[in-house]
Amino acid sequence: MDSQMMTGNLAAAWGARLADVDYIPAFPITPQTEIVETLATWCERGELAARFVSMDSEHSMMTAAGAAEVTGARVFTATSSQGLLHAFEVLYSISGWRAPLVLVNVSRALAAPITLESDHNDVLAARDAGFLQIHAETCQEVLDSILMAYRIAEDERVMLPVIVNLDGFTLSFTREPVTVPDPDSVRRFLPPFRPFHLGFTASSPHALGVAVIGGTTYAYFRHQVHLASRNALEVHRETAESFHALFGRRYDLVEGYRLDDAEDVLVMTNAGASTGKAAVDAARARGKRVGLLRLRVIRPWPADAIRQALRGRRAVAVLDQNLAPGQGGILYQEVAACLYHETARPRALCSFVGGLGGQQLSDGAFQAVFEQTAEAGISGTGRGPVLLYSAEEHREMTQLQMVAAGSVRREM
Amino acid sequence: MWQRETFKKIKQIPREEHVLPGTALCAGCGGLEALRLAAKVLGDHVVYVNAAGCFTMLAAYPYSSFKGSWLYTTMGSAPAGAQGIRDALDVLIAKGRVPKDEDVKVIVLGGDGSTYDMALSSTSGAMNRKLDFYYICYDNEAYGNTGMQLSPATPFAARTATSPCSLQHPGATQEKKDIFEIWRAHRPPYIATVAPRYPLDLAEKFARAAAYTGPKMFLALSACPTGWGYDPGATPEVAKLAVETGLWPLKEAVNGVVTHTYIPKRKPVEAYLQLQGRFRHLFEPTVHTEAIRHIQGQVDAYWRQAIQEQA
Repeated sequence: MDSQMMTGNLAAAWGARLADVDYIPAFPITPQTEIVETLATWCERGELAARFVSMDSEHSMMTAAGAAEVTGARVFTATSSQGLLHAFEVLYSISGWRAPLVLVNVSRALAAPITLESDHNDVLAARDAGFLQIHAETCQEVLDSILMAYRIAEDERVMLPVIVNLDGFTLSFTREPVTVPDPDSVRRFLPPFRPFHLGFTASSPHALGVAVIGGTTYAYFRHQVHLASRNALEVHRETAESFHALFGRRYDLVEGYRLDDAEDVLVMTNAGASTGKAAVDAARARGKRVGLLRLRVIRPWPADAIRQALRGRRAVAVLDQNLAPGQGGILYQEVAACLYHETARPRALCSFVGGLGGQQLSDGAFQAVFEQTAEAGISGTGRGPVLLYSAEEHREMTQLQMVAAGSVRREM
Repeated sequence: MWQRETFKKIKQIPREEHVLPGTALCAGCGGLEALRLAAKVLGDHVVYVNAAGCFTMLAAYPYSSFKGSWLYTTMGSAPAGAQGIRDALDVLIAKGRVPKDEDVKVIVLGGDGSTYDMALSSTSGAMNRKLDFYYICYDNEAYGNTGMQLSPATPFAARTATSPCSLQHPGATQEKKDIFEIWRAHRPPYIATVAPRYPLDLAEKFARAAAYTGPKMFLALSACPTGWGYDPGATPEVAKLAVETGLWPLKEAVNGVVTHTYIPKRKPVEAYLQLQGRFRHLFEPTVHTEAIRHIQGQVDAYWRQAIQEQA
């Protein structure tokens, strides 16, 4: 199978095409738009037998997506950032409807200030919505994860929607070699969507999303969402095995990089992990025994896999490309929680926040992260949250502030 | 002259009930009566797509008031839910995964809060895309399910929980938003206003709408004893007077062309206002002559123009 150069966005569109989706409600937003533009063209040319509909907002788009899915169609859609948040209440409805659609989110930082570049506050805001979340590092992984996502979502032990996340710009607009699986193999991997318990037809009516009175009923149904999400851990394992057998590429819940003899481990997600891996190589070249753990499946939270990868380490640093103001990094908290009862837990756990809104992390920044993490491991005292911001960035920002202040004076 | 063709006599309205009794809605709900009559024409092969509002209580686990399907969406996007269902059914029928005779009518049920405010963009989008669906707005002229707060459907001078009245300030200061004309600007094939006390007019309009593919928009007067402050038994009278005073015109627009389906002799508006607690401050302790004159003036101006246009 030859690979071809394509962007993360095009890879996402290929994922939807190979999954042979029936319905694509769409709404444009940077940096996602290339995905729906591509799909619109394919639908128009008849290369994809799906109905493409331009909706009036992401809120409407997600509602139409979920409603079509529970009618029995296989649905794909995509958004980013403000769009995801505009649709936010609908995410909870869709998981409650148990609509196993796939949503690609192309990560982009949230306003204000308004920006187009990437961080993960958008997708992580949706972490409690009942969607499964798969965060991809490469364009190939974007395509492959979408195929896996449909199979996991539609498994009757799961029946939940999935977000496949890729980083805006760094992945969405970066061309990488991607092998496009042949449709016949995909058909063997992903059976057609024929739900027996969904649909609105004349002879088989359903009432969905109905009101409940009292916590007993409400709690029951939300517990079901949680338990189904936990089932996805096993379903993911089976799916990954089957995917590996057919296509030769293996995806686990988490991915270890040079972990075998690593004393200290850096935890990252998404395309930023590629930069992190390069930093690990650089540190290794300096004689440091470091490695990287990339969290790939964020929901369900793969606590056992994380514990297994991190037990016995000297120190662990979680580099969050997101910020919960007043708290710190979001994933740091979750990593910390799942290590609490681990007897061989790392001596120190550090929290770093970096890469917000497309902020570039320099080699120096990674070096500082490794050094501070090693020190924390030796002293046995955790550190953070450390907001990564270099002296050079500070100088640049000071200059911009002077320009801004100057323009204010001129107006006065 | 507009004439009924399908429903000339009350006997012609089917006896079979499609909205089952025992709902959690208030006694005397005018909106529910409108839906009950509409459902006699629409039948059971339907999916109701609901927006947050009073009617959300029509399907409360483990019960549903319908033999057809139901999907509760959100307050602001029921028409988008209808879009997803209609599109999916079309695709599945085209691909042979759903037999054609299993098709259902897709019907949005939204209150005035959803319809006039939050779901307006979603409704506009659905009409613009020429979605083949029914939209029924049960209009009780306030955010009813939350306890009667001001909505853009609230008429001038009505007291609501968020437009309280005083001697200086008689309730709502805004005029009711003209959603009929906003809809009409989108040129859907069929729009109608209906009132539950006029069952033949109501049933006829649903029968006529069935001939059109595309958005079929209904605005149903939902006389509301709980929110408007009158005895539940008086709903027929209140709904009747809303029409007979000219405050609630019965009309339709076919491809944008408006016809008034009933021309009332127009009783003075006081006859309608005086029945309701939400207007009591216009009469007690002193009479707000100016506010009442303003309401009468608006109605008179409306009908002067309507009759002129229809002539």
